[in-house]
Amino acid sequence: MLLRHTPTEIKERSALTVNPAKTCQPIGAMYAALGIHGCLPHSHGSQGCYAYHRSALTRHYKEPVVAATSAFTEGASVFGGQANLVQAIDNIFTVYNPDVIAVHTTCLSETIGDDVPQIFAKAKADGKVPEGKYVLHASTPSYVGSHVTGFANMTKAMVDYFAESNGRRAKTVNLIPGYVEPSDMTEIRRIAELMGVPTIMFPDTAKVLNGPLTGKYRMFPEGGVTIEELKKSGSSVGTIAMGRTASMPAARALDAKCKVPCEILGLPLGLHGTDAFVDTLRRMAGVSVPAALNLERGQLVDSISDWHQYLYGKRVALVGDPDQVLALTRFLVALDMQPVHIITGTPAGKKYEKSLREAVAGVPADVNIKVPGDMLLFHQWIKNAPVDLIIGNTYAKYIAKDEDTPLIRYGFPIYDRLGHSYFATMGYRGALRLLEKLLDAILDRKDRDADDIDMELVM
Amino acid sequence: MASIPILEERQAQIHQKGSQPFEMDCGKHSLAGSVSQRACVFCGSRVVLYPIADALHLIHGPIGCAAYTWDIRGALSSGPELHRMSFSTDLRERDVIFGGEKKLAAALDELIDQYKPKAAFVYSTCIVGIIGDDVAAVCRQVEKAKGIPVLPVHSEGFKGTKKDGYKAACDAMAKLVGTGATDKIAPVSINILGEFNIGGEAWLIKKYYEEMGVEVVSIMTGDGRVDEIRRSHGAALNVVQCSGALTFLAEMMEETYGIPYIRASYFGIEDMATALYDVAAHFNDHAEVMARTRAIVRREVGAIMPELERIRKDLDGKRAAVYVGGAFKAFSLIKALRHLGMRVVLVGSQTGNASDYATLQDMCEDGTVILDDANPLELSKYIIEKRADLFIGGVKERPIAFKMGIGFCDHNHERKMPLAGFAGMLQFAREVHTSVTSPVWQFVPARAAAMAAGEETP
Repeated sequence: MLLRHTPTEIKERSALTVNPAKTCQPIGAMYAALGIHGCLPHSHGSQGCYAYHRSALTRHYKEPVVAATSAFTEGASVFGGQANLVQAIDNIFTVYNPDVIAVHTTCLSETIGDDVPQIFAKAKADGKVPEGKYVLHASTPSYVGSHVTGFANMTKAMVDYFAESNGRRAKTVNLIPGYVEPSDMTEIRRIAELMGVPTIMFPDTAKVLNGPLTGKYRMFPEGGVTIEELKKSGSSVGTIAMGRTASMPAARALDAKCKVPCEILGLPLGLHGTDAFVDTLRRMAGVSVPAALNLERGQLVDSISDWHQYLYGKRVALVGDPDQVLALTRFLVALDMQPVHIITGTPAGKKYEKSLREAVAGVPADVNIKVPGDMLLFHQWIKNAPVDLIIGNTYAKYIAKDEDTPLIRYGFPIYDRLGHSYFATMGYRGALRLLEKLLDAILDRKDRDADDIDMELVM
Repeated sequence: MASIPILEERQAQIHQKGSQPFEMDCGKHSLAGSVSQRACVFCGSRVVLYPIADALHLIHGPIGCAAYTWDIRGALSSGPELHRMSFSTDLRERDVIFGGEKKLAAALDELIDQYKPKAAFVYSTCIVGIIGDDVAAVCRQVEKAKGIPVLPVHSEGFKGTKKDGYKAACDAMAKLVGTGATDKIAPVSINILGEFNIGGEAWLIKKYYEEMGVEVVSIMTGDGRVDEIRRSHGAALNVVQCSGALTFLAEMMEETYGIPYIRASYFGIEDMATALYDVAAHFNDHAEVMARTRAIVRREVGAIMPELERIRKDLDGKRAAVYVGGAFKAFSLIKALRHLGMRVVLVGSQTGNASDYATLQDMCEDGTVILDDANPLELSKYIIEKRADLFIGGVKERPIAFKMGIGFCDHNHERKMPLAGFAGMLQFAREVHTSVTSPVWQFVPARAAAMAAGEETP
């Protein structure tokens, strides 16, 4: 009874969040910024923020995560953080020498009203930004949105600061993968390569947060989108934004700034999600879907058919980030499973909630949805109406243990298992892996609970 | 001495013993733009108070401060688990504009009714300091209505360093101390201060003291209980661990209640034994306490020595780098590593003061690099240069060590086993041994090349 303090009776809470299913904007901005090549994320706030973000990302990825801070003191909080940020820019380029500094604000610097573009202008005028080096910023106060919107804002800042149109259209397609894992970004790129489409992906944390052991510590690892690529994104033939919450603002900004038309899709997760991505990419780039990709799709459908009788009617509780939760819900419904308790911690809006309700419209069970909700409510729902399976981040393991229900770890953060950095859940291959995870969880439990006489060898 | 760029302002925070006159320029605020491994005031308060398991811990601020500190330190409780939940007022934009006091009062009202805690701690975060919520007034009002202590913790992140957070936590606890009944407390009694029961360490230490015949009135704050803190002023002696997280409270208790305090460290054989002997010596009018202490130390040391000897054979001559929060822990680690035959080639801390660094300097051999408030670039440079085989640090340092292909031991809050006490020393030795001698390092490219050339053995 780790969560012995979770009451079964659900009371309306007016003023507080218990066991959050989200965290604050700056960490999402930091994660996005790590997807720029040679970039040092910078937290414009007090010293604790970036220490927490670095620790959280380090626990999730088991990789070194670097970032710098303006290290606000009481003085800076009274007189503004300009001096700190200008000094920081100078120090960072002198000591760490990144290609880019990506500044995100915090509740502190937002509330005292620091004007980051104006501070950048001052730093440039003072010669603190060397030739060929760049700065960008996103406004990410912690009291707005969540880590997902922080990611969205920093991704949009990449467009605002760098995208330019040279009047010609290149053959490239921009891919905005959303707040997904490095492994997912690699998989999305692989699908585009299979289709023969040249792409610019941003951000791209592959090889930044899942790099090899080399015997050397590299402050700026190999991966990440380059500034050159970001500049060229303004000349691409189109943009595919994956996940409305995390990717739409950047895609819309690119449309407005450089007239690059965009398609806003859900994440390419599950059969329908990947179909939508592949089809959109095919049309946008004017290519046909290669046999190799059709094979992957066929194998996925084949596997679903092979195992569907074990999935049918299984009740699932699902908590996570909005774009993932929506795509997963659709996939579960497609597998004839029943997502019955669905929560995202991010305030993703009415329109989002409507999409979620549409996705479960055909589910023959009572479905609870809360946007935004927290993990206390999630647990209470499960206590009141038990499920066969829980999908959520590492914190959900306490609920899973207390309710003796199988758990599939999915989302952020995952502090206690290997996998998310290396094995994608996007694309047909990713869907196959998700299917494997679902079946493992369900069938392991079936075997564990089977009487001796019911124990079956062949499934 | 550096081939990496180091800012002029930081030059005096990096030393190599024997190469120049030693004067560490420490206790400074980190430079803007630094990639320091340090944290904030709130973090300091949170780590100190968090293990009090039957109190409500409400974080008044945006969600991040609550999310990042939700159950990340394994401070174990033998009873209630309320401290492992995350409670936040989750301030939104409109609260920042109109103030968060009403929301705070409502949150406290709901939580206290629901969970019936023994006390409530309300942590102020950066934003609360800026928008000017009168947290103390809200706390007073709720305290009156609910009849439990509701204590504001003034831990706005920007108002100093982690140490200031320790102080804010101590200020809050000081309001509890002295409010409980002290009859029935034995004359030979102590409080254990600055021990947070990570991996169950407080239980180990408490057992030693109790076996000595010393009553442990309270542990602050490992496996902590509000009622124990309230009566802690009835103890005869405070035993304070660590570089000073709870020194502020010990000083306050000395001033107000005349309770003397001594310092202790529970890491390593010598320091652990000293921690027991010092307490026994304090109660020297009870001769049986010292006799029992001797017996305990003899028994415990005897129990771990054979295996330590075996481990030492493998580790003899290996090199270690140590970078920890408080310098006091570094002292213990240097001694403990020496026991394992290892040499310390780099040592540093986030928060050491001048006298701490002078002590470190005395303890280290010539050539040892000594750092204050280091960044990953500096750490990695000297670790490679000094050919360390082991890095001891916290969560942010672990992957740096592994990237360089050397062993690692978490001596911060992510340790899973007790490393304190005599039994903990053996655990520490095993962890170090496991990591340093892991077969995985033979696959590190640089080492693989060295081995192929016969320059190094696995």
